Amino acid sequence: MSKDKEPLFSAKNRKVLLGPLGPNNPVTVQILGICSALAVTAKLEPALVMALSVTVVTSCANLIISLLRKTIPERIRIIVQLVVIATLVILVDQILKAYAYDVSRQLSVFVGLIITNCIIMGRLEAFAMGSKPWPAFLDGIGNGLGYGLILVILGFFRELLGNGTLLDFQVIPDSWYMANGGFYSNNSLMLLPPMALIGVGIIIWVVNSRKVKKG
Amino acid sequence: MKTNNNSYTVIYAAVMVVLVAVLLSVAALSLKDRQDANVRVEKMSDILRSIGLGADANLADDKIAYIEAEYEKYIINSFTVNTRGEVTEGTDPFAIALDMKSEYEKPAEQRNLPIFEARMDDGTVYYVIPVYGSGLWGPIWGNVALRSDLNTIYGVTFGHASETPGLGAEIASEVFESQFVDKTIYNGATLVSIMVMKGAGASSGNPNAVDAVSGGTITSRGVESMIQSNLAGYEAYFNKMRAAGAAENQPATAPSAAEPVNQTSHE
Repeated sequence: MSKDKEPLFSAKNRKVLLGPLGPNNPVTVQILGICSALAVTAKLEPALVMALSVTVVTSCANLIISLLRKTIPERIRIIVQLVVIATLVILVDQILKAYAYDVSRQLSVFVGLIITNCIIMGRLEAFAMGSKPWPAFLDGIGNGLGYGLILVILGFFRELLGNGTLLDFQVIPDSWYMANGGFYSNNSLMLLPPMALIGVGIIIWVVNSRKVKKG
Repeated sequence: MKTNNNSYTVIYAAVMVVLVAVLLSVAALSLKDRQDANVRVEKMSDILRSIGLGADANLADDKIAYIEAEYEKYIINSFTVNTRGEVTEGTDPFAIALDMKSEYEKPAEQRNLPIFEARMDDGTVYYVIPVYGSGLWGPIWGNVALRSDLNTIYGVTFGHASETPGLGAEIASEVFESQFVDKTIYNGATLVSIMVMKGAGASSGNPNAVDAVSGGTITSRGVESMIQSNLAGYEAYFNKMRAAGAAENQPATAPSAAEPVNQTSHE
């Protein structure tokens, strides 16, 4: 966003923004948001769009909740958080339907899925309720991107190995396929939800083993 | 802060709900016209796509205006028929095509089934039949464009609300849709529709079948039963028109595609 406003990016704020991309990733470290990671990563494109939408919604919801944090009655805070998220998601959906209809057609159910993403609520409850608006906003962006990073990695491998395409462009040469006398065949198993879970497991494994080496 | 007492909590909740309700209603109302226009234009562009038109709409400056102009130009006639094969009066075919769901909720004999007649620049006539059914997770729909023999398929388009990307969602891909080209919905004099057969190459040589999407079995079956059940409503009309066409102008409307030769039995 506004990267040239230096004083806003103190060391602490940078950590808030970049932490979720590596050492404190919501998916690999906190194991949040796995459900939607299974649903939207069969192809790269929905994964990218979902990553973007979640980033927008987490950062805006974090900002709003942080602004309201001193007024929110404690006993109904979860409901207030839910209402803010749902309102944002519905607004985004309505605006997309009116002004970016093609995008909205491709997103279809995924927009609704954003509401159920536990990362958003987790960040509201864990961070925004106790932080000033600007760090909360950065935290939202950071966590959205951290989540998105895992989605994109998964989407990349699942689409490549399962369909031989990336963003619907054929990547694996046609002549490799058995149908054309080659040796290669797409692995449809990659497109099924269990492979996403196994994929997440492999990513967590890689991340953790690197952590062990460093420490 | 005194945010913990009951009256504060209740008032807070009430105010929040009212604010959110007002915000969402305003947003929904003010965006409704544009959203409806988008839905209308999408239907038009789907109908055009099934007869191979409107592909470069994204290059046009104003996509909506472009699609509307093309639709006006090529779709020369639209009408509805009932299941007895009669043309019904006083209906709005396009409105019905937009809301196929409520039409198929009516009993079969009360349905008004839309047909769009397209005339290309070279005078060729195609008939576009909108279809509607259900896939694995939600509704699926499409358009089937028939050549003037009301038998050979010229092109199809499919759409879906929420099929799995990479699996069922592939019914809306070019690869799946292009399989339907030049297939026939009649086998001899019987309307057999199009079978969607499991396994790559399973349908080869069969003029009434295409290959299913691998990994998308239930969606593929949905496509099959959608086309079958929807076309069944048009059967009386098709039979009537085919009989009339065969008697009058056989050579003029004969398509270049081959007649179904090999009558493999499939039940």
